[in-house]
Amino acid sequence: MARAPRLSGLQRDVLSLYRRCLRAARTKPASTRPNFEAFARREFGRNVGVDKKDFGAIEFLLRKGQKQLEVYEAPGITNIAG
Amino acid sequence: MALRLASRRFAPGFAPQVFRRSMATTIEHTKGEPISTAAEAATASRPPIPASKTTNVKEPSMDKEALTKTFHIYRWNPDEPTSKPKMQSYTLDLNKTGPMMLDALIRIKNEIDPTLTFRRSCREGICGSCAMNIDGVNTLACLCRIPRDEKQEARIYPLPHTYVVKDLVPDLTQFYKQYKSIQPYLQRDSPPEDGRENRQSKAERRKLDGLYECILCACCSTSCPSYWWNSEEYLGPAVLMQSYRWIADSRDEKTAQRMDGLNNSMSLYRCHTILNCSRTCPKGLNPALAIAEIKKSMAFT
Repeated sequence: MARAPRLSGLQRDVLSLYRRCLRAARTKPASTRPNFEAFARREFGRNVGVDKKDFGAIEFLLRKGQKQLEVYEAPGITNIAG
Repeated sequence: MALRLASRRFAPGFAPQVFRRSMATTIEHTKGEPISTAAEAATASRPPIPASKTTNVKEPSMDKEALTKTFHIYRWNPDEPTSKPKMQSYTLDLNKTGPMMLDALIRIKNEIDPTLTFRRSCREGICGSCAMNIDGVNTLACLCRIPRDEKQEARIYPLPHTYVVKDLVPDLTQFYKQYKSIQPYLQRDSPPEDGRENRQSKAERRKLDGLYECILCACCSTSCPSYWWNSEEYLGPAVLMQSYRWIADSRDEKTAQRMDGLNNSMSLYRCHTILNCSRTCPKGLNPALAIAEIKKSMAFT
C-alpha cells in the first residue's frame, strides 16, 4: 500500500472542508444530491489553481467555504443549481 | 458614581473633531509612509500594495481655485482572492464635497469609482455602519470632518484586525456572536409589581446613562490590542459595556448569573486598561469605566 503523502495543516483543512461538504450533501434528498455534490466540486475546482504558498488567499477561501457550507447545509435547502 | 461621560459631547468650547481626533492615536505614523500596520494584520501574508504603485483617479473636471485633497483608500476584491490588497488614490475638490469623510466616500462612489465598497446608512452617527480606520483612528466616517489641509493626505482603512469582506467592509460576525452571548435583554422571573410595567427610580435610570447610547459600531473593540490578540475569548470593550448595562439595570434579576459568566480569566480580565476604547469612541462614551465598574463589583462580592 502506498504511503499517504504528508499534508500541511492547511491542506488538511481544505480536505476536511471538502469532506464536510460531501457529508452535508448526503443529508439532502436523493433526487437533488448530485446537484449538491457537483456544486461543491465546482467550487473547489474553480480555485484549484491557487498557489499553495498563497496562505492568505487559501485561508480566505476556507472561511468563505465554511460560511457557504453553513448556509447550504440548513435542512430548509433542498436543491441547488447543479 | 454614574457613568455620565456621554455629556462630554456637550463640553464647553466645542473642540473641533480634528483636534479631538489627534489625541486618539492608535497607530503612530510618519508622513508619507503608508500606515499599513493596521490593515496588514487582517491579511498578514499579503501586505497592501502601496499607493505609489496604483493608479490615481482624479475628478472629471478640476476648477482653477479647487481645494484638492487626495484620499488613499484600502481596496481588496474578494472575487480575485489571489490578488493582494492595494491602496488606491482619489483626488477630490473639497469645495464640491460635503464636510465629512462619508460625503467624500459617497462622492467617490457616485462620480469616480462605483466599485468602491463601504457600509453606510444614517449619515449622522446613529447607526454605526460606517465605522472605519481614518488617518489611523477608528471612527465613524459620518462624524469625521475632512481636514481642510490640502497637503495632508487622508488614509482610509477598514477596522483593524477584522476579516475584510470587501474594500472597507469588515466581517463583524464574531463581534455580533459575542454580543449575543451576553444575553443583551431584560431577564426577569417575577412579574412586575403593579402587573403592568417594570418601574425604575430616576436614580436607577441615571445609572444607564453613558451605557445605553452605545451603537455597537465596534470602533472600540477593534482598537483594543488585547482584543486583537484574544478576540476568540476576550469579549472586548463594546460587549463588556453592554454587559455592564444589563448588570447595572435595576429591573434585571439575573445580575448574579451575568457576573458569573464573566468570572474567568479571559472574558473580562483580558482588559489591561489600555484605554484605547475610551479615546477612540466616536460617541464619546467610556467603555473602560464600565469595565472598571464590573471589575469593582466582582471584587467586592
